[in-house]
Amino acid sequence: MASTHGTPPVFDNKVIAWIDHRLPIFSYLEKEYHTFPTPRNFNYFWNFGAIATVMLVVMIATGIVLATNYTPHVTMAFDSVERIMRDVPSGWLIRYLHMNGASFFFIAVYIHIFRGLYYGSYKAPRELLWILGVIILLLMMATAFMGYVLPWGQMSFWGATVITNLFSAIPVVGQSIVDWLWGGFAIDNPTLNRFYALHYLLPFVIVGVVALHVVALHVHGSNNPLGIDTKGPQDTVPFHPYYTMKDGFGVAVFLMVYAGFTFFAPNFMGDPANYIPANPLVTPTHIVPEWYFLPFYAILRAIPDKLGGVIAMFGSIGVLFLLPWLDTSRVRSCTFRPIYKWFVFVLVIDVVVLGFCGAHPPEGFWVPLAQLGTLYYFFHFLILLPILGKIERPLPLPPSIAESVLKKAA
Amino acid sequence: MASPSIPAGGHGEPSRRDFLMVATGALGAVGTIAVAWPFINNLNPAADTLALSTVEVNVQPIQVGQAVTVKWRGKPLFIRHRTPEEIKTAEAVPLSELRDPQTDNSRVTDTAKKVRPEWLIMIGVCTHLGCVPLGNKPGDPKGPYDGWFCPCHGSAYDTSGRIRQGPAPKNLEIPPYLFTSDTLVRVG
Repeated sequence: MASTHGTPPVFDNKVIAWIDHRLPIFSYLEKEYHTFPTPRNFNYFWNFGAIATVMLVVMIATGIVLATNYTPHVTMAFDSVERIMRDVPSGWLIRYLHMNGASFFFIAVYIHIFRGLYYGSYKAPRELLWILGVIILLLMMATAFMGYVLPWGQMSFWGATVITNLFSAIPVVGQSIVDWLWGGFAIDNPTLNRFYALHYLLPFVIVGVVALHVVALHVHGSNNPLGIDTKGPQDTVPFHPYYTMKDGFGVAVFLMVYAGFTFFAPNFMGDPANYIPANPLVTPTHIVPEWYFLPFYAILRAIPDKLGGVIAMFGSIGVLFLLPWLDTSRVRSCTFRPIYKWFVFVLVIDVVVLGFCGAHPPEGFWVPLAQLGTLYYFFHFLILLPILGKIERPLPLPPSIAESVLKKAA
Repeated sequence: MASPSIPAGGHGEPSRRDFLMVATGALGAVGTIAVAWPFINNLNPAADTLALSTVEVNVQPIQVGQAVTVKWRGKPLFIRHRTPEEIKTAEAVPLSELRDPQTDNSRVTDTAKKVRPEWLIMIGVCTHLGCVPLGNKPGDPKGPYDGWFCPCHGSAYDTSGRIRQGPAPKNLEIPPYLFTSDTLVRVG
């Protein structure tokens, strides 16, 4: 690589120079994470990609350590987790870090996605970057779902039963697919074992897709809050030290909130029913997934038809894949889209409301509310975005980032 | 606004920047250790393993000339109620004849320094390559020194569990034990 990219870098240290000549890790790091020209006008929303990466590393580290003490058998899984909590040195800490880490991983990723939606980071030439991101989201959801089954509590068992039963909605082959997923006629030991193997595997697949995601990003560089392309060195700063330090600060603040929950409210985001060992003969009063799945759960239950609900739930992620083509506006950032920016906030409120609907049993006003929320969600992506892009009159874009920054300082 | 305690630097004097770099580095090092420690400590034996690291044995049912094998820390523990002949034979061996010189007396002393020559408590693992020597069960061959015999490579131990013949380098290990009463011994 070094031989095709201009003059090779010179290193003072002989050992580093020897390695780099044979495997250019150091010049790669120097180019991509030191001198890499990054827009100078990032706001703190741009921290969350780095924060998500840190959370991925934390989840893998805590997960591997938990795996040294966990037993993936239906008779021993629950007890092995309790042994980790009570007998294994620092086990309670590693377990709570992993449990709350999942929630904070999703918090970081959801804020990261919001940034993409508001500032148009999914638009050309970053469509594939966005699609890779949606793939990462799907992999995270699969990993989190399977991970939640492993403690083998009541909610582990019944949540898994409900979600795997969804596939029986597929006509003709549905039930066969479900039996194939289960490895039996109900969620039981074969299911637990395969979920454990896959839960261990998928995070490393996520690492691979994250690598592709970052490589895709570095081809054209990052978007920025103004949504306009960088025009030269006056619009950028080197990634190190400006964004290594800013990301470091952001990561530190995020970790403090994460630590706050882990140490002082470790079960706040969880369901107490999962501290009851799984009982295939007794269904809990309310089957509720973890908070990060609630909006999708609400969409699933909003459609009265079983297959319709499944299609709507998967469709709600499916529309994200199509987003770069659904949005017809030629302006990236909502800063310059005076009408659409309000609809982005409406979408956020819609998703939060859907979350509350998912948390409640589908009774009373929650039912029409979830249906309204689902309707708005699909309206936003499939109707509003294509039409608004064509009829909205955007605000005039600044000529360059540097000029916009200088004007603000004046 | 120059701070009097942190000089601006120059001519070899540490600057504000140097101070910040060192302070951050030191805090970073402390933070790294604080984060790494639970992960490393995690691999230490857990509470249930530690609970099994001490075992209490009631030796009253063991007759003179009888021996029992108890599992302790995953390994066999030989507890033998020695006969007076076995004790006399063991005490009579000159130290110069032993590959690993130890008096019989020192091998039957508990952690409270009380000597009970009739109770020989040893870890039943051959000090050569780790097989369990024969001689603790009735009918087992006891080897040429009337103690224990390891069938793997022919190590022979005497009535005090000391190595007399064969490739083993050391005597059978004596664990820390304490007689909490005349009939109850706590090992480990």
